[in-house]
Parts: sequence; C-alpha cells; structure tokens
Amino acid sequence: MVDEAPMTVDRRPARPEISHDHPLLPLVARGLQFGINGRKIIKDMSFWIGSSGRTVILGPNGAGKSVMLRLCHGLLKPTGGEIRWGDLPVAEAREQQAMAAQHPVLLRRTVTGNLLHVLRVKNVPRDERHALVDAALQQAGLAHLGGRAARTLSGGQQQRLAIARAFVLRPAVLLLDEPTANLDPAAVRGVEELIGAIGAAGTKILMTTHDISQARRLAADVMFLNDGCLLEHAPAAEFFASPKHPAAARFLAGELLD
Amino acid sequence: MNEFSSAIGAALSMILTLDADLVEIVQLSMQVSLSAVAIASVIALPLGALIALQDFPGRRAVVILLNALMGLPPVVVGLLVYLMLSRAGPLGPMGLLFTPAAMVIAQSIIVLPIIAALSRQTIADLHEEYDEHLRSLGCTPLQSVATLLWDGRFRLLTAIMAGFGRAIAEVGAVIIVGGNIQHATRVMTTTIALETSKGNLALALGLGLILVTLALGVNATALVISDAARRRYG
Repeated sequence: MVDEAPMTVDRRPARPEISHDHPLLPLVARGLQFGINGRKIIKDMSFWIGSSGRTVILGPNGAGKSVMLRLCHGLLKPTGGEIRWGDLPVAEAREQQAMAAQHPVLLRRTVTGNLLHVLRVKNVPRDERHALVDAALQQAGLAHLGGRAARTLSGGQQQRLAIARAFVLRPAVLLLDEPTANLDPAAVRGVEELIGAIGAAGTKILMTTHDISQARRLAADVMFLNDGCLLEHAPAAEFFASPKHPAAARFLAGELLD
Repeated sequence: MNEFSSAIGAALSMILTLDADLVEIVQLSMQVSLSAVAIASVIALPLGALIALQDFPGRRAVVILLNALMGLPPVVVGLLVYLMLSRAGPLGPMGLLFTPAAMVIAQSIIVLPIIAALSRQTIADLHEEYDEHLRSLGCTPLQSVATLLWDGRFRLLTAIMAGFGRAIAEVGAVIIVGGNIQHATRVMTTTIALETSKGNLALALGLGLILVTLALGVNATALVISDAARRRYG
C-alpha cells in the first residue's frame, strides 16, 4: 500500500471562481492531509465543491470519510494542506454550519430542551426561540414528542432530532456523518425525506455514507474515497452509470477493496 | 438482653417525645454538616470542573491526589485544624477553636475531596461524550461548563449527598476541634461516643437510630434521584 495519493478522477466542469448562490461555496481543499500516531488517514487530498445540493462522500469503512467531514467542519486540524469555505477559513465558516454525527449526542433533556440549548448558545432572542423550535420539530415530524426525554426516542427519531437540532438555525451548510447507519428501513426513509427537504430549502449538504443505494437516492455529486484518497469526484448520474476509477467500479460491483 | 431492650425502649421514647437534649444535638449536627457540605460544594464543584476540563501539567497527579484524599483520615484533619486554630496557631486570634465553626471547617476539609473527585469524574465522562457536539456548536468555555453542569446535575447531587453522608457520620475531627461541649459543640457522633463510655445507652442508641436513619435516607434519596433522572432523561 503506497502513501502517495493517486490522481483524482474529476469529471465535473471547471471550478467556478466564486459561487453567487451560496455564502460558503466553493469549498476548496488543497493538499489536505491528516495523520495520527504516524498513520496517514487522509493522504494529500485536493478537491473543490462548487454547487449547492447534496454531495455524498462514498466509500468503504475506514476510507477516511468521517475524518474528512470533521476536517471540513474544523473539528479536526489537518496535519498538512488547507481548507477554505468561500473566502473564509474553516474556523470562521463553522459559524454558518452544523453537523449531526453517526451516533447522535443528545443532551439529557427533553426533545424541546435539546433544540432550545442550541438557540441559547447562539444567543437567539428568547421570544423567537419557541417558533424556531416548533418549525424544526414540525419539519422533522417530532412535534408531538416535544416533551419527551430525547434519549428515550427510537433510533430513527433520535437521528431526526439530531438533524432538526442541527438545522434549527437554518445553517448554510449541514454536515451529516452516516446519518442512517444502524437504522431500520422505515427510519432510513424518514431521515432521507428530512435530508431531502432540507437540501431542497437551499442548504448545502455534505454527507458520508457507505450505503451505495442511499448515495444513488440522495447524491447530486459523489466523492469516492478509499484508503484516505479521493479517487473519483463526479456528478452522481455519471458516477453510477460508468465509474471511471477501477476501485470505484469494484466498490459499486460489491467487491471488497484493498 | 433486658438492659439492651430497655435501652432501646428508652431511646424510642426519647425520639417519639422529642427529648430536648436529643433535638438540640440533632439540630446542631445538621447545621454543622449541612454548612460544611454547602461550603465544600461551592469550592469542590468548580474545582472538579476545572480539573476535568482544563489540561495542565501534572493533571494526572492532581487526579490521583484528589482520589487519595477521599480517604483522608478525619483525626489527622482534626489535628491539623486544631493546630491552625489553637491559641498558638496562625488562626488562633479568631477564637474559633471549640466552636461549631471549627467543626464546620474540619468537616468541609474532609468532604471537599469527595465532592471534587466525584464531580470531576462526572464532568469528565460527560465532557468526553459531549465534546464534539459542543465544539461543533461553537460553545464558549463558559457555555460548555454550564451545559455539562446542568446535564450532570443529578449525578452531582449524588456526589454532594455522598459528602453529606460522610460529614454527618464523622467523629474523629469534630471531637478534636469541637471538644464535645454540652449545649455548644455536642453532635450526634460525639455524643454517642461519650454516652456509651458513660453507660447512658438510651441517648446513645436514640442518636444511633437517627444517624442510621439519616444514612439510609441519604442513600435512598440518592438512588431514587438517579433512577428517576435516568428514566426521565436517559
């Protein structure tokens, strides 16, 4: 296994200099690297994301998807290279972003209490909070559960709450790390419908998954990662119709990758 | 056996008739221990949070020390407080020796490491779980601490109650710095020790029953609170 990153197959039109329809786009990463204890997890990755809509980071377990998402959100600091959102560094762009993790960290409070906490932290005026909470719960289909303890909800409801909590302030970018891992099909459908509605409202969604079917359903464009390298970045229709990178073709065919 | 039965009977009678001496001793015990726990909590909770959240050189050694201090021998604390408050000691001019205030100081010192160590553990565990979410939200350090304290409130309350349990049952330190003076510094534990040695088993047993009830009550309350919190908030 080599440490040098292979060339990325990028099948999209040339990168726009500036996005006029989104405050944080394009997202540009140059020579991005991340390692821990001498192990390279992200290997010299360069890419750009210029369009709004849903970008899905696809790849097998251990490809570096979650680490890449955290680097983009500024929760991890790269050991090399840089990321910029529009003309902002990651730390400043985070103000306009929100993230929901694979295993949602719900506070030991009610459903409503979890959303109110975000609004308090962000200093939203008191008289505006309940309307925002109601709207978010309504959109997530949780309006009837506002008084329930968040941690007593089902897995699917917890994930929808985590996404609603991330979306309550209408961030410009929503980052989702494997949002439907370990959920049953009905819960997956509920979460995907919520993601679809949020994306349709103009929020840029950057999400990871190892689920090929989910990527087909949700992605506008796909970034295919394997072993810490970005191997292919393409519009979803083209990627699934004819993957250009051999590893991507093998992954879509259900083969194990090295 | 007869002597024991009659002592039990007399003890129960003292409790049921609210014997004046007994009530006075119980009241002073509660005042001293609750004051000690309140003072210790004001210091120990922020201290526990600081050690849990702040990275500094020697933090591990501080955690080990704090855990070790949970087993601080009360008589040693009593001796140190006595030396500090005695006429020749640095705080001698304050005239606190053999007063309830001296007993509060001694109990605060005994209880402080218990509350600090348990709250540090609670906050450290919660911080590990919440850290990424709080950083993603962009919480300030103060907002993070407030969130952790609020979400850990039931476990912190249990830590405080553990401190109270230790304080109310403590005898070695308070007898040294309080002197066990009648109508002044006599608390339940010191009275039990004295009255038993004098053969006055009724008062000793009466206070013993109240002390055991209090200990059971504190533990039961802690259990009920933590169970209710787990059911309510997960």
